[in-house]
Order: sequence, then structure tokens, then C-alpha cells
Amino acid sequence: MAAAITTPKLKVATTSLAGCFGCHMSFLDIDERILQLVELVEFDRSPLTDIKHCGANGLCDLGIIEGGVCNAENVHVLREFRKNCKILVAMGACAVNGGLPAQRNHIDLRDILEEVYHTSPGLAQGSQIPNDPELPLPLNKVHPIHEVVKIDYFLPGCPPSGDAIWKFLTDLIAGRTPTLSHELMHYD
Amino acid sequence: MTYELETAIHPEKLRRVAIDPVSRVEGHGKVTILLDDKNQVHQVRLHIVEFRGFERFIQGRPYWEVPVMVQRLCGICPVSHHLAASKALDVMLGIKHLTPTAEKNRKLMHYGQMLQSHALHFFHLSSPDLLFGFDSEVAKRNIVGVAAAHPDIAKKGVLLRKYGQEVIRHTAGKRIHGTGAIPGGVNKSLSSAERATLLKDAYQMVSWAHDAVQIIKQLYTATPELYDVFGTFRSNYMSIVAPDGGLDFYHGALRARDADGKVIFDQIDYQGYNDLIEEEVRPWSYMKFPFLKQLGRENGWYKVGPLARVQNCDHIPTPLAEAERKEFVAYGKGQPIHATLAYHWARMIEMLFSAEMIKELLHDDDIEGSDLMTTGTRQPGVEAEGVGVIEAPRGTLFHHYRVGEDDLVTMANLIVSTTNNNQAMNTAVREVAKKYLNGKEITEGLLNHIEVAIRAYDPCLSCATHALGQMPLEIAIVDAEGTVIDEATRDHRGLTRPQ
Ligand code: SF4
Repeated sequence: MAAAITTPKLKVATTSLAGCFGCHMSFLDIDERILQLVELVEFDRSPLTDIKHCGANGLCDLGIIEGGVCNAENVHVLREFRKNCKILVAMGACAVNGGLPAQRNHIDLRDILEEVYHTSPGLAQGSQIPNDPELPLPLNKVHPIHEVVKIDYFLPGCPPSGDAIWKFLTDLIAGRTPTLSHELMHYD
Repeated sequence: MTYELETAIHPEKLRRVAIDPVSRVEGHGKVTILLDDKNQVHQVRLHIVEFRGFERFIQGRPYWEVPVMVQRLCGICPVSHHLAASKALDVMLGIKHLTPTAEKNRKLMHYGQMLQSHALHFFHLSSPDLLFGFDSEVAKRNIVGVAAAHPDIAKKGVLLRKYGQEVIRHTAGKRIHGTGAIPGGVNKSLSSAERATLLKDAYQMVSWAHDAVQIIKQLYTATPELYDVFGTFRSNYMSIVAPDGGLDFYHGALRARDADGKVIFDQIDYQGYNDLIEEEVRPWSYMKFPFLKQLGRENGWYKVGPLARVQNCDHIPTPLAEAERKEFVAYGKGQPIHATLAYHWARMIEMLFSAEMIKELLHDDDIEGSDLMTTGTRQPGVEAEGVGVIEAPRGTLFHHYRVGEDDLVTMANLIVSTTNNNQAMNTAVREVAKKYLNGKEITEGLLNHIEVAIRAYDPCLSCATHALGQMPLEIAIVDAEGTVIDEATRDHRGLTRPQ
């Protein structure tokens, strides 16, 4: 399959929003196949490179998003990806439906705040709510990314396995519609 | 020194430079630097910009869900959270000793995770800086660049990580976010087939981990004028140690030393961690700043993680790693080593220790046993309570729960490894800024120096953020039809609330 692909390499950007990085780790669980993959793709903005913004070197072919949206900064990053990537993929439960972080959605944000700063054991005297302008504003709820921008593909799993990610990528790179077999399609 | 360069007197007169996001680390962080018109540095801060609120939404869940939920804090070291929670809940249930099979399978899982996490950190995230130089070309400064220039190193790194992940898969059912440990024991032991598969490669891993120590040792000792001084500062350090003072990542009691290596306290039962440690909140970071109560917030902060552990313990109970530890300690000539980049060296010694431990555990027949669970007598009273502490790849990790009679969690408090290093990381970046940035034209390469110092701590910034707050701004998310789906503002008390 690899031989059929000619240059130029596909440009791939990835990011982690309100996720735990487990989806990126699962991406690395393709193990030594990563050495094959980099023959076919080059990485743009990603936590694995030092390229801090996507689009600086031209449009990316593929953007892979881990995590839902929990604060203002996540929204900005997600919009940057949508603007600069031809295809956008929601990777894993958090991106697809908010995942575990969205369990805070049934609790009032203020309640969490007060709990953390008034009743949590072991806080030093004078501790106050962080409020520096450098800190992005948290949203009242954690949202799946398709509520904010259009998403082209959804990869379920927490995380999707390395094999599922590999199958998805190789299908896409070869120009096939990505499909996952029964074993690769799971939600835990 | 604690507060030097933390807060400029007149920030409004200064120019702001930001590293956003910090890359090749786990999670979400940024650095801001304030400079005057002569490029003198006045303020440097590592901000943790995301909050999760895990401690709050765990409340009300049945306690047996907790070990599976909390690992979603961090996908790089999920096993640490999985096991720290299980250990806390063992205590809550009044269980004193696990069966040998349960304990050894948990240990195997943990050492598998130490191996994979340390390999990932060294090879995939940090080695580009160390092999190519801190201000080398951006496009090459990643694992793909390493694979092109040093295919042998990259391949060993990828396969070491893979092996650690496979150890986890066989003990926990899945490579990431498995289910192996449960309060009171484990839900499976290794089958003979799994044991044989893992044993087949165990010796190779020990030998590659040994090679990795040599790589970092050579890099370090070849350029002491860089490695010894880069981001170096004196501080206390803390970890758990075994009853005999040996290195143990799974269980032990707390020991802390001061900057000269003198013991501050030793063999303290971590059930009483609340008496030892307090956490301070600063307005500019969602990550708290813990310190040792007895020394106070200015002098009580400490380092955790590989550099702390390898120097805090009296010995390492496996032969190859112990020989490397001795050599490392000898390099300090009787003084503790405080160099930020020495974290890498200590981390590779720990990776070697983990590989040796995996090999030993695989040779132990208990690993295939069938006696998986223990029961205990739950503490009397309306609420039962337990603290679980483990040495995670990045340092000491505390989980503390209270559970009601109805089995639902009523209180959760976590101090994650990276939080323990918060002040240390901030001090490291300030030292680097003072030494390398002051008065210079700021270039990408110079800014990467700051990130190199942060990376040495292998921070896990997504699990380090439990607090939350907000800034005086409004934001709205609007869907394609123009309908507002979420927004946040602050009220007169500075608290965010729904509209
Ligand atoms: S889907 Fe699961 S593995 Fe992926 S970021 Fe969310 S919690 Fe982590």
C-alpha cells in the first residue's frame, strides 16, 4: 500500500484539548509502525513537535483533535484547527461526546470553585481563586467538539486503540473511506 | 530565592513574550516572560491553564468506580492513578495485606508503566533537545528527526515503550485505561502464556535500558559546563522509600531531605500526609503550590520525581541499577545533585531498575497464582477513609478518599506528582531566564531553553490541574445557526456562573 503513495507527504496536525493525553498515547501505540507512518505524513502543530500553530506552513490535510472543549482557549485552538485543516477528526470519547471531564456538567461551576477553595483539606491560609488574565476562562460545561465546529470523522473509544488509529489513518491516506471492523470498534 | 522573578513591580511597563503552548510535554501549559526595553527579565511564570474538577465530580460515585475513573486524569500514567486509588480504597476497606499474587501483579503493572513512561519521556519528548542542541532547527526537533538521524536510538525507544505498554496490557487488560486493580486485589493474574511472552523479551529490555543510561551519562559528563549549571538550584526533596530505605515505586513511607541531603523526616506513614503538607494557591496558575508545613511556604517547597528518589533512597534493590546509582551519587562528590538536567540521568537509572524489576517479577511463580482478592473489616463509623500513595513516573502521588455507609464517595483530595514540582519548575525556568535570556534578543532557540528546563521534570500538566477559577472576560460559543450554546461571565464576587 505504502508504495502507491507518492510525495508530497500528507500534512497532519494534532492537539489535545480537554483530554487526558491518552488518545495521543494510543496514537503512539502504533509502536514501530510510526516509522512507516512518517514516510507518508509529516507532522505540523502537535504536542510531539515544537510547531506551535497550524497553518503557518500552509493548509494541513488532516487535523486530529483529542478532548472536548472546557475553556475559552480550547475554543480558539479548535477554530484554528478547523480553519487550517481540510479534514478534522474527533479522536476518542472526550472529543466525541465530552467524555469523563463532562461529568462536571451536572455540577454548578461555582459549587466546584467553592469546594476547591473552602472545604478542600490542606489549603494554606489566604488561598484564593486563581483569576489572572493569563488563565483562560472555563466554560460552564464541557462540550463535544462538534458543537463548536464541523467534524468530518468520529473515532470512538477511550482511547481508540493504536490498531484502530492505524487502520483509520492508512485507509484515509490510501484514499479509502475509513472503516473499523467489529474488534476495532469499541467504546471503553 | 523562592519569589525572585515571580512578580514584576510594574508589569504594565514591560513587554510580554509567551511560549504558548509549551510543547513536547503532556498537558496544557504556557510560559509568560516580562522584559524591559533592554531585554532584562522581570517576571517569568509557568501557568497551568486548564482545570478539571475531578475531585468534585467523583463525589457521589460508588467507590469501586474510582480506580477506573481517576486514570482518565492522565493518559501517560493512568496506572499510577489506578493504583493509588486502589491502595487508598484498600485502606478504607480495612485491608492490611493483599495476597502475594495480587500485590505482585499490581507491582508488575506499575513497573511496566514506569518503563513505558520514562521511555516515552526520554526518547519521544526530550532526546531531540539533548541530541541536537537546544536551539537546533525546529523542524527536526522531534521524534521523527531523531528517527532520521539516530534510527537505532529511536527504534530502541519505541520498542522499550511498547514493551512497557504490553506489560500493562497483560496485567490491566488494556494498554491505556485498563481495569486490573480493584479495591482488595486484582481481577486477573498473568496466565502462563502471557508470562512466557513477556519473559521472552525481558532480558533484551534490561540491556536496552542499560544502554539508555550510558547514552545520557555520556551526554551529561561530556558537557558538564552545560548540564551541571543549566536551571540548577538548591531545594529540599521528598519521596517514599521502602522500610529498609531502598527504592520502591509501589509502596513505602515518606522521607524528605534538605538541600544538603540531611534528613528532615523519615519513615512517616502517609496516612498522615495532611499533617506534613499544605497547599498554597497563587492567582496566576490553576496548579497549587505544596510545601512542608514544618518549614513554611517560603522554605518548605521540594522536588519530587527521579532526581529526588534516586538520591533519597539508600540503595536500589536490583544490581545493574544499583551500580548506576552509586556512580551517579559519586558524581555529586558527597553533595546532593541539584542540576535540572540530572533528572534525565536519574530517570534512565529508574528505567533500568524498572526493567530489572519486571524481569524479577516475571520469574516469581506467584505472578500466575489464583488467589486474587482479600477482604477486610471496614472502619466503623459513618465515613470510612483511606490514603493511597505511590511513586508515579513524575513523583509522589497522593490520593485521599472518604466513603459513606452507602458506598458513595463523600470526599476526594489528590496531590498529583507534577503539583509537587510546581515551585521547582517555576524556579528552574527563572534560573534559565536569568542566565540565558537576560539582555539578549529573544529567539525561538532561546525560548526553547525555557522549555528544556520544564521538560526535564516531565510534567504532566493535565492531571496537575484540579483548582479552577476565571478571568474577567466573557466568552460565548455559538453554533452554526448562531445559537449561543455556552457562555461564561463573572459576577460581582468574581465567580463564574451561567447566564
Ligand atoms: S477519550 Fe479517554 S483516552 Fe482519550 S483523552 Fe478522553 S479520557 Fe483520555
